[in-house]
Amino acid sequence: MKKLRHLEEHVFRFLMWLSLLVVLGSLMLILGTMLWRGLPSLSLTMLTQIPKGGYYLGEEGGILNAIVGSLCLASGATAFAWLFSLPVAIYLHGYASRSRTAHLIRLAMDVLWGVPSIVYGAFGFIIMLWLGLRASLLGGIIALACLELPIMVRGMDEALGTVPPALREASYALGATRFETTIKVLLRQAVAGLLTAVLLAFGRGIGDAASVLFTAGYTDRLPDSLFRPVASLPLAVFFQLATPFPAVQQRAYAAGLVLTVIVLAVSVMARWLSRHLTRHVVR
Amino acid sequence: MDERPHIEIQNLSVWYGEQRALKDISVAFPARGITAVIGPSGCGKTTLLKSINRLLETSDNVRISGRILLDGADIYAPGVDVTEIRTRVGLLASKPFPLPMSIYDNVLYGPRIHGLCRRDNADAIVERYLRAADLWEEVRERLQTPAHALSTGQQQRLCLARALAVEPEVLLCDEPTAALDPISAQRIEDLLRGLKRHMTIVLVTHILRQARRLADYVVFLWLGELVEAGPAEQVFNNPLSERTRAYLMGDIG
Repeated sequence: MKKLRHLEEHVFRFLMWLSLLVVLGSLMLILGTMLWRGLPSLSLTMLTQIPKGGYYLGEEGGILNAIVGSLCLASGATAFAWLFSLPVAIYLHGYASRSRTAHLIRLAMDVLWGVPSIVYGAFGFIIMLWLGLRASLLGGIIALACLELPIMVRGMDEALGTVPPALREASYALGATRFETTIKVLLRQAVAGLLTAVLLAFGRGIGDAASVLFTAGYTDRLPDSLFRPVASLPLAVFFQLATPFPAVQQRAYAAGLVLTVIVLAVSVMARWLSRHLTRHVVR
Repeated sequence: MDERPHIEIQNLSVWYGEQRALKDISVAFPARGITAVIGPSGCGKTTLLKSINRLLETSDNVRISGRILLDGADIYAPGVDVTEIRTRVGLLASKPFPLPMSIYDNVLYGPRIHGLCRRDNADAIVERYLRAADLWEEVRERLQTPAHALSTGQQQRLCLARALAVEPEVLLCDEPTAALDPISAQRIEDLLRGLKRHMTIVLVTHILRQARRLADYVVFLWLGELVEAGPAEQVFNNPLSERTRAYLMGDIG
């Protein structure tokens, strides 16, 4: 009996190590492939120029259009989604924490989280038709914002949920209203988690190809208007990978690398920012 | 203590869902001095305390009936501004919870909300109440540092300073020394002894020795019921109820 329990311990330890290895291994494999295939064709020209004629046949040019386009799309969508998700998250915590409404909202968000992004693309497309828009930056932003919204709301919901109830009571006990308590105590205490939620949504938004396919379109020009199509990195990867030319396919990996680096940079920035903002957080 | 009672509780009952936590409590708290609410854990001491500043109703699924008169006016009457009640009735919780801001901003949190703080008197307010809570000398050089960096004992005195800064007339203390070491606890007790001269203090404690040291007046609760209330001397030395006697002797609870 005793031996069996020890064996159990060893087996589970082994299984955990195995899982860790699979997780870290696949991450390394992805990064490695991208570096190996993409790094050789990554150059300053690629980062600073827009595609010239014949770019997709292996000629001169770069993917600046996609880099700038993706940044515009994802920042716009994140700002848009933030505008709606923060009030929803605050409502869930300050005003309706365990009510039926709150339960329904959470359920709805979880369902929306699982909806495939191509559906958001199709949905965004319908909204665009309804608004009389054509494939454009604005259309892409709306579709991406819909995609990001549930991620952001649930992330913020979790972040606000970690605030100890006693901290809220401390504020109430001093005669503060719910609103004052929310703004001055709840949001300050949860700021790191809120930032993480925004970042998570941004990362998901900037990497999504399906929802911008119909809504934002694609162009070789730099974005100059909310109402014109824009390029995006995921679609740049897709289109270049779909060509029969190895040189162009390599550029697709380079574009993927750029996308990864952008997400990484935003992540590092957010970490730095949250360290500075959480100086006062009660632990 | 010959004036009319400062706080008067009439037929107070509290339910958490189906569970009845307080059963028809009627008791009066005299103005100024320390009233200790004693009794074993889970007998409704904290519930009674949190009903006096209406903090109880921020929890889910609570039902309250009865009246609580503060200076003769029912705080549960319709139309009463709950933030005003909580300004008049301060709270010192059992575990210190500094707000996520600097020491300086913690003290000013209440005054700022209630518009008592202007640019020219902020520093003076901070100093005054940190002195009142016997913390000024320890933190005067680092007022802008985060409050959570203080020791637990210092945090509790900061919470006291923060509570005093809104000038409450009643101070509710919910086992205020439960999380503290004996020396920090001693300092809190000394502060309460000084404060009772001009404010009404309701002290919930399950430490009988602390109640004996501090109380002018004692309320004994047992399983949600009021067993006995009276001047400390009488309750401790000559209790009317057999249950009080048994509790004080250590036979029950």
